[in-house]
Amino acid sequence: MTTMTIAKAINEGLRATLAANPKTLIMGEDIGALGGVYRVTEGLKAEFGANRVMDTPLAESGIIGTAIGMALRGYSPICEIQFDGFVFPGFNQITTQLAKIHTRSSGQLSAPVVIRIPYGGGIGSIEHHSESPEALFAHTAGLRIISPSNAHDAYWMIQQAVACPDPVIVFEPKRRYWLKGDVNTESPGLDAFQAQVLRAGTDATVVAYGPLVPVALAAADTAAEEGHSVEVIDLRSISPIDFDAVTVSVEKTGRLIIAHEAPTFGGLGGEIAARISERCFYALEAPALRVGGFHMPYPVARVEEHYLPDIDRILEALDRALAY
Amino acid sequence: MGAAQLPTTEFEDAGIDEPGGSLEAAQAAETAAPEDDMVQLLGPDGTLRHDATFSPFLERLTPEKLRGFYRDMATIRRFDQEATALQRQGELALWVPLTGQEAAQIGSGRATQPQDYIFPTYREHGVALTRGVDLSQLLKLFRGISNGGWNPKDNNFHLYTLVLAVQTLHAVGYAMGIQRDLAADPETEPAAAVAYFGDGASSEGDVHESMVFAASYNAPVVFFCQNNHWAISVPFEVQSRVPLVNRAGGYGFPGIRVDGNDVLAVHAVSEWALEHARSGQGPVLIEAYTYRVGAHTTADDPTKYRPAAEEDKWRAKDPLIRLETYLRAQNLADDAFFASIKNDGDELAAYVRKTTLAMTVPDIRSSFANVYAQAHPLVAEELAWFENYEASFADQGAGTVAGSTTENGAA
Repeated sequence: MTTMTIAKAINEGLRATLAANPKTLIMGEDIGALGGVYRVTEGLKAEFGANRVMDTPLAESGIIGTAIGMALRGYSPICEIQFDGFVFPGFNQITTQLAKIHTRSSGQLSAPVVIRIPYGGGIGSIEHHSESPEALFAHTAGLRIISPSNAHDAYWMIQQAVACPDPVIVFEPKRRYWLKGDVNTESPGLDAFQAQVLRAGTDATVVAYGPLVPVALAAADTAAEEGHSVEVIDLRSISPIDFDAVTVSVEKTGRLIIAHEAPTFGGLGGEIAARISERCFYALEAPALRVGGFHMPYPVARVEEHYLPDIDRILEALDRALAY
Repeated sequence: MGAAQLPTTEFEDAGIDEPGGSLEAAQAAETAAPEDDMVQLLGPDGTLRHDATFSPFLERLTPEKLRGFYRDMATIRRFDQEATALQRQGELALWVPLTGQEAAQIGSGRATQPQDYIFPTYREHGVALTRGVDLSQLLKLFRGISNGGWNPKDNNFHLYTLVLAVQTLHAVGYAMGIQRDLAADPETEPAAAVAYFGDGASSEGDVHESMVFAASYNAPVVFFCQNNHWAISVPFEVQSRVPLVNRAGGYGFPGIRVDGNDVLAVHAVSEWALEHARSGQGPVLIEAYTYRVGAHTTADDPTKYRPAAEEDKWRAKDPLIRLETYLRAQNLADDAFFASIKNDGDELAAYVRKTTLAMTVPDIRSSFANVYAQAHPLVAEELAWFENYEASFADQGAGTVAGSTTENGAA
């Protein structure tokens, strides 16, 4: 067991992957000598060389498209997209090509490309640097999407993503990159596509992932002081979603709140609410409620605190759920 | 040397006057790219032309190989006719004819080696033939029973790609993989990737990005652009003000403009380019100057956007006729040869027709099966629902069969 930040945990996970599998390589903008704008790849180029830790031209479609080609030659590329808002030049390659290679080839080809995307707000940055576009990708069959919320998961989930024969997008909670946690480098525990109950409770279930997991845990602490027992589930995987884990919890608590930074309209929260309503209709004491961003482009940094779900927004939803 | 920029990357001034922004003026600028400014070894009259760089490549060609070029071109044209007929008869949803582009495809495809990997668009039926793909399998996509149809690993011939230009990046990435294989094991067989695309796709950003990546990493890739002059209804001049080959200079690698209706020239420049790439000297752009004699697809009507006289002009440059003229003049082929080719083509057409009509509609369960390589709970859940749904009709004694041609699923 060792303590490290999420950024360092991803770095160590990448190092372990590169060391274990000569067919893996990392590619992206500024990931070599600089170590990435968040230093997640720091030191890897010096250790593994430019052929395996590759600074690319500044072209996101080019990064994803050439990664697909390398995968067809037998490699397992790990692409870094510098910021969430800059993935869209690569959106075509991801959704029309990467996601469909396995099905178009009747299962004869696979493209085990991993795409790392730092995402989410709360860093006081300028536009296009704080977005949460995960639902756009979750809507695309053929992709898997995961988001670690702590250092241990960050260390293991990047390695599990690389080992997966399907394309995997890893949404990394950038405002939590410096969050420290214990990492058991001996054993991953869960696989990457399972949810995890982080806190047991009986009155309501709060489902969150990525950057909002610490917020959900803090909200549960406050709720406990007010006499409410809240169960917190870290979804970990956004596609597929571990609905079985959420079902077990909601069957017990009867109330469901889903929290994410992304806008609620057309988002993952609605999908979870709909499916759990079907599965747990007779156990529900209240409608499933969502806590998320508004239907607007991500606002300017000076007002983002009013946009981002926080402890009080989750507690407000909890109060509404408990009032039924 | 004409249009070939070898190996200098100096930008050739095409000498275009400022068109003042009008479409008419832009189209008139075509004259800035005279048709003789390209590599040509066999003229439309069927006689040889001399090219200092590429004529020596003809010495590699045996009479058997020359006859093979004709056989390939005639075969794929006959196949094209049969596929068009199948579409007209309602057996294919759509067909994408290649007539007119046989020399560009056969010449380049026959220059590739088995270890090379080909990334086609959706019109490279001739290249598929040279790679040994069972041509009937090309029709699965157009019959609506597969989005692929063949195993790309069997012939190193990738699936057709309908989203324009995306495959140019895949080709460069594949070439970057070849480089890494060579770095890890010098005994790796040298190979190249080939990216096919057209004049329309040349406007897509992915072509630019692919050339940037290829140049930056000196990747072993050949960009083979068939400039067939028409992107559905939009003429080439709307895609580019200068010959496409000029772009190579901007990226810093060689570009060659070749008469795309001259199979000997296309073969020669393709061999040169592939050897250049395989030997570690980096990418090459080939612009094969050709013409789509037929429609873009069977859903298209070229009479709405281009004069018949233009098609007639290009029919006079037919790639098959000029090679036939040459073969006969050189006493390399006789009437019996051409008769046998016609006979073989008819047999292939009959085989393709029979195979196509016998193709079975896939079970939709195979679509569930191939979304992911690794088991996926949502797909499993939806498949289970579907099975139950289908089974519910069986109880009524007149059920649908999943994957049958029943359209509305109602019993």
